[in-house]
Amino acid sequence: MLEYAIKGDKRYYAWITFLLALIGIGFGVYLWQLRFGLGITGLSRDVSWGFYIAQLTYMVGVAAGGVMVVLPYYLHDYKAFGRITVLGEFLAIAALVVCLLSVIVDLGQPGRILNVWIHLSPHSVLFWDTVVLNGYLFLNLVVGWNVLQAERNGTHYPQWVKPFIYLSIPWAISIHTVTAFLYCGLPGRHFWLTAILAPRFLASAFAAGPALLVLLCLLIRRVTNFDPGREQIQTLAKIITYALIANLFFFGCELFVAFYSNIPGHMDHITYLFAGLHGHGVLVPWMWASMGLMVLALLLLIPPITRRNEGVLAVACAMLFIGAWIDKGLGLISAGFVPNPLHEVNEYMPTLPEVVITIGVYAIAALVLTVLYKMAVGVKEEVAA
Amino acid sequence: MEDSRRQFLKITGIAALGLSTASTAGVLAADQGPQPYTRKGDEALTAKQWGLVIDTTKIDHELAEKITEACHTTHNVPFFDPEIVGPEVAKRHEIKWIWETHYHNAFVDSGSNNYMSEEVEHRPFLVLCNHCEAPPCCRACPTEATYKRDDGIVIMNFHRCIGCRFCMAACPYGSRSFNFRDPRPFIKETNLKWPTRSKGVVEKCNFCVERLAVGKAPACVEASDGAIVFGDLEDPDSHIREVLREHYTTRRRVSLGTGPAVYYII
Ligand code: SF4
Ligand code: SF4
Ligand code: SF4
Repeated sequence: MLEYAIKGDKRYYAWITFLLALIGIGFGVYLWQLRFGLGITGLSRDVSWGFYIAQLTYMVGVAAGGVMVVLPYYLHDYKAFGRITVLGEFLAIAALVVCLLSVIVDLGQPGRILNVWIHLSPHSVLFWDTVVLNGYLFLNLVVGWNVLQAERNGTHYPQWVKPFIYLSIPWAISIHTVTAFLYCGLPGRHFWLTAILAPRFLASAFAAGPALLVLLCLLIRRVTNFDPGREQIQTLAKIITYALIANLFFFGCELFVAFYSNIPGHMDHITYLFAGLHGHGVLVPWMWASMGLMVLALLLLIPPITRRNEGVLAVACAMLFIGAWIDKGLGLISAGFVPNPLHEVNEYMPTLPEVVITIGVYAIAALVLTVLYKMAVGVKEEVAA
Repeated sequence: MEDSRRQFLKITGIAALGLSTASTAGVLAADQGPQPYTRKGDEALTAKQWGLVIDTTKIDHELAEKITEACHTTHNVPFFDPEIVGPEVAKRHEIKWIWETHYHNAFVDSGSNNYMSEEVEHRPFLVLCNHCEAPPCCRACPTEATYKRDDGIVIMNFHRCIGCRFCMAACPYGSRSFNFRDPRPFIKETNLKWPTRSKGVVEKCNFCVERLAVGKAPACVEASDGAIVFGDLEDPDSHIREVLREHYTTRRRVSLGTGPAVYYII
């Protein structure tokens, strides 16, 4: 099936070249980071995780969101999603590429990464995170590839794939749960120390992941001869709506607990994000933008009349995707560290090199996604013809 | 033999998931082969749980500086001069093992008092790693690069650390620093008795294990003119226990259950 990825028109090659250029630039800056150290980032003694780890957190959600097409199709026999399950699985693979690469670029000593496997430490959540992320990558590769190949040959996928499909469903939940456990089990970091963190992560994942999928489906319909289908997109839109409601509801629960209890340790981080603390508040405009985008997206998604309009739906999905990215990709990690354990406020903002490296990481994932989708669409076009 | 024992310990370690890492980490650490600072000579000082009592009433700003200086020069802690690297970078890349802060920073949960004694408010409070009884940093570490020794000291293996900084997120006392760049050009005078670090690893107070191993008190204790006492917290006859019996002491953020081994006389 790989031949589909090689055959393409001019636009396709232009896109690939563009991605390769981004990867090249990102890699160059990464070499600089390797030489100098993580000092070229905005990270500090107080805010020791930032942009890189935030991308891990956000993209784990997108990867987990893929299950929202797999589950209805395989568990509820919702036939319509059969057309797009492979798109969900391949999106999960690309998202996992971001996750794993983000962990690597975040390491101070990437050359020693195998120490995690040499000195197995089951008491560390990070160890489990590598297990679930790599496991999910493997599951999606196996399932996506075999199902697509079967579709091409006009056969049913082999029976042995079935257990992997079923396993991938709880596994999707596990990747985001374990990623939330990285944060919510740490004593003294009150912003993260909340049992609702994992559910909230999942809710935002099940909104943001399918939202990206909707955008990709609309794009595929435009640039190829394969139509993912109107019904499919509309069902995804409903899933997104419910998940977004849950996400905002969970956030409301957080606000209530923090501010009604009036416990400073719980309020400070949220205050820092939305109003600033001790005169520091670089994230304030971002956080309000994030909330505004998510609420607006919801207002567009709830009424059937706007949701059924694919143009409006695309706008809502984009707003939601960006809003959730700011929330998880910028706010969530920084705010956990500000104020610091000694209640000092030292702020964080990613630096240009950090952003360029991250763009490089995303470009690699986009390349993987392009190749995978090219194959999937190629097969679908061939079968339809 | 040795290998199968190690294997067994790892398996039991997996079975004990969720329990404190202290036991498994300690045993595995002992298995790491010879390390310069774990070798014990005849004169080595030993304990079940080392601890410190800091008498803050005896420490003024000058003494606090002298103590900090003693620790940092002994352990090759770099100094990023704000005039050379710029104030912002100096702050971001800062490395410190022991430092001076205010009461309300050291004791965040119990320190918000609007009507504090002025003297206490201005008094320097030295903070450092607490060598916690149940250290969250060790629980978080995915490589056992930070682990608790049998004598209670929480220590770093700089050669194993992958620089993931999970331990920094896990430490609720801000005790850990990360080498954001090569620290060597910023060390004034290198002490050859203790290694310098490479970029990309975490470091923190090591309770002067290299000094205890040769029968010497920690550098901060030595420099403190008697304001800091060290000893075995689990030995009821130790000097430190006597001091603890005689004075009212407190520890940082006890409500978190970490069990700090550094006590403060206020
Ligand atoms: S104070 Fe921090 S670094 Fe030291 S043992 Fe406790 S948790 Fe670990
Ligand atoms: S930075 Fe080093 S010591 Fe800290 S958790 Fe990671 S590997 Fe362990
Ligand atoms: S015990 Fe040693 S390493 Fe720790 S602060 Fe004191 S002098 Fe520094």
